[in-house]
Amino acid sequence: MGVAHFVKSFTLWEFVKAHALTLRYFFKPKATINYPFERNPVSPRFRGEHALRRYPNGEERCIACKLCEAVCPAQAITIEAEPRDDGSRRTTRYDIDMTKCIYCGLCQEACPVDAIVEGPNYEFSTETREELIYDKAKLLDNGDRWERVLAANLAADAPYR
Amino acid sequence: MTGFFQTTVGMPYGWAWFTATIVGILVIALPLMLAVAMIIYADRKIWAAMALRRGPNVVGPFGLLQSFADGLKVFLQETIIPSAANRGLFLIAPIITFTVALIVWAVVPFDAGVVLADINVGLLYVLAASSLGVYGIILAGWASNSKYPFYSALRAAAQMVSYEVAIGFVLITVVLWAGSFNLSAIVLGQQGHILGILNGYGFNPLLFPMAVVFLISSMAETQRAPFDLTEAESELVAGYQTEYSSMSFALYWLGEYANVILMCVLNATLFWGGWLPPLNIDLIPWFDIPGIIWLFGKMLFFFFVFSWVKATVPRYRYDQLMRLGWKIFLPLSLLWVFLVSGVLMATRVGF
Repeated sequence: MGVAHFVKSFTLWEFVKAHALTLRYFFKPKATINYPFERNPVSPRFRGEHALRRYPNGEERCIACKLCEAVCPAQAITIEAEPRDDGSRRTTRYDIDMTKCIYCGLCQEACPVDAIVEGPNYEFSTETREELIYDKAKLLDNGDRWERVLAANLAADAPYR
Repeated sequence: MTGFFQTTVGMPYGWAWFTATIVGILVIALPLMLAVAMIIYADRKIWAAMALRRGPNVVGPFGLLQSFADGLKVFLQETIIPSAANRGLFLIAPIITFTVALIVWAVVPFDAGVVLADINVGLLYVLAASSLGVYGIILAGWASNSKYPFYSALRAAAQMVSYEVAIGFVLITVVLWAGSFNLSAIVLGQQGHILGILNGYGFNPLLFPMAVVFLISSMAETQRAPFDLTEAESELVAGYQTEYSSMSFALYWLGEYANVILMCVLNATLFWGGWLPPLNIDLIPWFDIPGIIWLFGKMLFFFFVFSWVKATVPRYRYDQLMRLGWKIFLPLSLLWVFLVSGVLMATRVGF
């Protein structure tokens, strides 16, 4: 053990240096976002909770082509379809099992009419598992609730699609 | 206070003494529990700030009520006793830890004459009582009948014994210099210790290394980081507390932090002038501030150091812990006992 090493270890030199560093950090601004009161910005491409959109006249966009059901890697989507009374093809059932969904966004990429989209909402935790199995009514309701943001996000992302 | 109960209330001496002691105990223990709650909060805040986090800030203003919320949560939970555990010892272990953490406070002087039991061998009492604290941990580890708590208990036993040896020698240097085991006398001995200006043995260049050794050893003694091998969460789940839940867990928590505060107060009392202001000159009215405020302030400073160290250094490996205790602190403090007694012989007794 050299003299320098001896002096260093008995004056706790490395410890003093480390503590000076942490004291500087003590007074630095905090990195943590104060979450429920502050939020990080969300990208227009953010893939959060699903929604089924409608046309401005209130007609639902989904034409039951089942591309999203086919492409879904987690097989979370279940669709049943029948012709409606006016002869147009619409879904009678559109379920997404949110417990299976991996939020890959393939469904919204596959959709030819921009009906199924993943919105900016990430605060949809529930107390029971059953509440996470979304049916068509819930998805359409999401669409109505978030339509303004969804449309804006799709418009912002449109040049890159 | 005994006199007050004798004359004003009109009790016989025995009852008056008993009532006065009970009142004294409550006056120390209840604010201590409050201090523990706030010090846990402070610990989390300091630790968080050094990790660039915010720490608890939701419950109450600035999160000040966080500890009370935690206490309420813990209080409402079920006490789970493992079926293979030794019920009696399992339940008595946290009580031992908690009680032992409290009884040491009996001899701590908060101001001149403000001490519950002003016994002559106060420092020996502190050593004896704080050594008992290890029983709570060993019993918990054994009675849980579980691997990790048992490992933890063995570690705790070895660790506390190792560092108590060093602490013992450090205290001998202080006792030699003060010439008394009484904590009040030790504090008064520090008044004007350096050139009549500075109050505190820690300002003495000869005793300063011992103050540092005592600070580090007290971290080891209270099992704070970097010596928290007994509850090393990456190795032993939660150490001896693993099988505890609800109030039995809370008692460990309270006892541990009461011990930490106690060690901070002992650091202040033994080396940094206890209830005395750091300077002995009356330029600003230092001495008008009550002594308990000075003691509390010094305690807070040392607690900040404890948290600071916890936030800074990683945990020691077990062999490093033992090496530090036995191969560095023990010879160093032994050498210092030799040095200090030599200096005292030369200066006070003469050759």
